[in-house]
Amino acid sequence: METLEQLIDKNGLVFAFLLVGGLMAVSYWFSKYILRGKLPGAAIAITAALVLAYFGGKKGVADFPILAGMALLGGSMLRDFAIVATAMGASFSEIKKAGLAGVLSLLIGVVLSFILGGLIAFIMGYNDARSITTIGAGACTYIVGPVTGSAIGASSEVIAISIATGVVKTVLVTIATPLVAKKIYLNNPNSAMVFGGLMGTTSGVAAGLAATDPKLVPYGALTATFYTGLGALLCPSILYFLVQALV
Amino acid sequence: MKIYGVAILAGCYLLGQLIGSLLGVWLGIGGNVGGVGFAMVFLILANDQLRKRELLETKSEQGILFWSAMYIPIVVAMSATQNVKAAVSGGWVAIFAAVAVTLICFILVPVLSRIGQKRSIDP
Repeated sequence: METLEQLIDKNGLVFAFLLVGGLMAVSYWFSKYILRGKLPGAAIAITAALVLAYFGGKKGVADFPILAGMALLGGSMLRDFAIVATAMGASFSEIKKAGLAGVLSLLIGVVLSFILGGLIAFIMGYNDARSITTIGAGACTYIVGPVTGSAIGASSEVIAISIATGVVKTVLVTIATPLVAKKIYLNNPNSAMVFGGLMGTTSGVAAGLAATDPKLVPYGALTATFYTGLGALLCPSILYFLVQALV
Repeated sequence: MKIYGVAILAGCYLLGQLIGSLLGVWLGIGGNVGGVGFAMVFLILANDQLRKRELLETKSEQGILFWSAMYIPIVVAMSATQNVKAAVSGGWVAIFAAVAVTLICFILVPVLSRIGQKRSIDP
């Protein structure tokens, strides 16, 4: 047993390949034979992974030493590398066509998320500009929240709430996207770019689109990747001043 | 050779990340602004140019396509390493705010996409 643990410890990434492969095989089987294709296999695999992550800690299942390799496979380096690789399937003319809508959706996505998040924070009893701004920023993504919070000096409790808001959004986008895709006409490169710009959570957008139609991943990821930067730029500056003026 | 494709991908990735980081410094917010997006644009352009000059062999291309296909498994691993406990325990503010934002943004997707498509039909 000890030998096995040492072996897995040394070969964490390889063990992660085996585990993810197994989880996907079970998920695709379940999708095909039990659900008869009503939910795509990728969506089931991602949802199952999120459920498993609940039993872990801060880094999900990777908090168990034996599963540490999952953090490497699912970490930002390989994730971004693979997202860039999906651009091989993207067409430049499609991107140009959706350019304006993409930029518009980015701006609207950040500002609208901020206002809605801040408004709900205000309704639920937070009435100082710092807390409202930080929670509003968390409604953008779980990176914009803490970046903004620490820039304007919010309390750590509020920063934790802002991170939680962003994480809930990521999880929701991941699970709900394949379910609502048809209703919101998310079936072409143009709407995928708009979707990426509005939602902004790179992980949620990428996972949600992967579960909906892998061909759309590069388009959504392309806009979403600018969202966090734009949010981190606007929230602690213009948007914070705006909240200060209103409160 | 497949490694040529992987090397092209790695080059585009690093160049994009470099520009993203420089942009972050320049804007004074640190971090990486759109690094992945820039990298994707570079890869699309490189792919376009190499294909026109017939410099990209099928085998090199397979090196890139492998990583593109690894995307979903990587996302599964990423999902398994999210802080889901924090998301659930963040309280009602976090849940209400996230649900409201996600819902409204979903509704806006078809509205904004229509603007984009109208433009392309009658310029």
